[in-house]
Amino acid sequence: MPTSEDFAAIWLTLKLATIVTFLLLLIGAPLAWWLARTHSWIKGPLGAVVALPLVLPPTVLGFYLLLTMGPHGPLGRLTAFLGVAPLPFTFAGLVVASLFYSLPFVVQPIQNAFEAMGDRPLEAAATLRASPLDAFFTVALPLARPGLVTAAILGFAHTVGEFGVVLMIGGAIPDKTRVVSVLIYDQVESMNYERAHWLAGGMLLFSFCVLLALYGRRRNGRNG
Amino acid sequence: MADGAIAARFRLAYPGFALDVDLELPGRGVTALFGPSGSGKSTALRCMAGLARAPDGLLKIGGDVWQDEAHGVFVPTHRRALGMVFQDASLFSHLTVKGNLDYGMTRARVTAADAGREALCEMLDIAALAERWPDTLSGGERQRVAIARALLTRPQLLLMDEPLASLDVARRLDVLPYLERLRDELDIPIIYVSHAPEEVTRIADEAVVLDRGRVVARGAPLDVLPSASRLVEGGRFGVVNALKARVVAVDDAYGVTRLAHPAGEILIAARLATQREARVVMRATDVALAMSEPRDTSVRTILRGRIEKIDATESALAFVTLTLIGGDRLVSAITRLALDELRLTVGADVFALVKSVALDERGL
Repeated sequence: MPTSEDFAAIWLTLKLATIVTFLLLLIGAPLAWWLARTHSWIKGPLGAVVALPLVLPPTVLGFYLLLTMGPHGPLGRLTAFLGVAPLPFTFAGLVVASLFYSLPFVVQPIQNAFEAMGDRPLEAAATLRASPLDAFFTVALPLARPGLVTAAILGFAHTVGEFGVVLMIGGAIPDKTRVVSVLIYDQVESMNYERAHWLAGGMLLFSFCVLLALYGRRRNGRNG
Repeated sequence: MADGAIAARFRLAYPGFALDVDLELPGRGVTALFGPSGSGKSTALRCMAGLARAPDGLLKIGGDVWQDEAHGVFVPTHRRALGMVFQDASLFSHLTVKGNLDYGMTRARVTAADAGREALCEMLDIAALAERWPDTLSGGERQRVAIARALLTRPQLLLMDEPLASLDVARRLDVLPYLERLRDELDIPIIYVSHAPEEVTRIADEAVVLDRGRVVARGAPLDVLPSASRLVEGGRFGVVNALKARVVAVDDAYGVTRLAHPAGEILIAARLATQREARVVMRATDVALAMSEPRDTSVRTILRGRIEKIDATESALAFVTLTLIGGDRLVSAITRLALDELRLTVGADVFALVKSVALDERGL
């Protein structure tokens, strides 16, 4: 049976994924909008940076994030300047790391949705007196809704499933940074296979359901 | 510049394309920008809308300056009092018809009463569609909603970018009569981009012909289109005449309708409602010419007139413009060979022969 330790890890994981997904939609939608619309030379490099977490080993990302957040890194100096605790091995640190790690999973579906709709709906909106900002909220976002839903699902699921970056940035502090994937690792390390099964099986089921929802949605209706 | 008139000057170059137009357009009526694809007509329209920006462009409408780069003026599209109808209607698929109609109206701060919303929706036959979603509408309905949506902002200028081009022939005939009604009832200028001579002759008061980014001809559609129609594929079939004639009688036994015109009787192969006046649309390619009145022919519609102008193209075709008795003009497309063999010259009296079966109620 799952223990209170397991439930704590599950709760922490869900909390992390929810916060990260929410923040990523806030950051990702404007970023995706900009990437979809700009003709600037910086589009290529920035798009590549956003996509880096797709191909980098989490250890590389975790290593550099650790340095950035550390006492001599820019983020570390900022936290010191603001008089708050350094980010490594805290929940806030996990949130920051997850933002980077899950960014492409959120930005890319939204960017695809924006690119697929083309310029025409926005041009039509402009000829109907909608300012660019107005058109973004009343035309572009509603039309990109399927992309936004996909982005939210992928961002959430991917954050739930992360391991390497979390381990490097957060360690495994119960109730603070020990998420489900890390707890499974700990259990396996200490040969508690039966305890690991509960969580690993749960993760498997969760991931399957998420993907089923995602692909089922895609097949059933293009309008989402 | 006359009241409400438009002055537009755009020079714009992309690789492989250059636009260079300097136009003074009337402050009312329909002006068509006609030309083949790549002639720059749509780009010129986009410049007027502010969706494209010519680096040293100028655009004045009535007393307003929308673009004057020499003085650093460029009013963004959403601050221009214009309405635009795109080729693909571009209705917002996440809003109902009502939502689409409201979108521009509320932003332009126009009330339904001021916009004459009810009457407009009646006129365009879309009043019953309010709660429908755009993807459940036919192409013709979508385009009519798009027209209403644009007009409800009470624009100073209506821009139409090939509004019928994405529709099939039947749907086009669905929308065309509404456009003709709009032209007669609106008191704002309409700029109508098209590569279809038939639409231009039926809708426009004036045609500006563009080719490779430049204005090559300008005038009344029937004056400029005969020679300009060679610019577009199949253009000769699009040169159409529209004559007003009075319905005299419907012959029920034969299913034909007789109409009176000063130049002769017009017979139409359809039963028309006995309305007082009808517009008869006849293609220039359906009009033959004869030097004397033929007696033994199946052609039932023979109109008398005098040759006013001859446009011989470099191809096989020649367009002959007649002034009919009563003053109407009629264009006939014949071969250059026939032109020479009949020795047709300006000033000659001729008979125009129109096959009745080529005429039906489509154009009425």
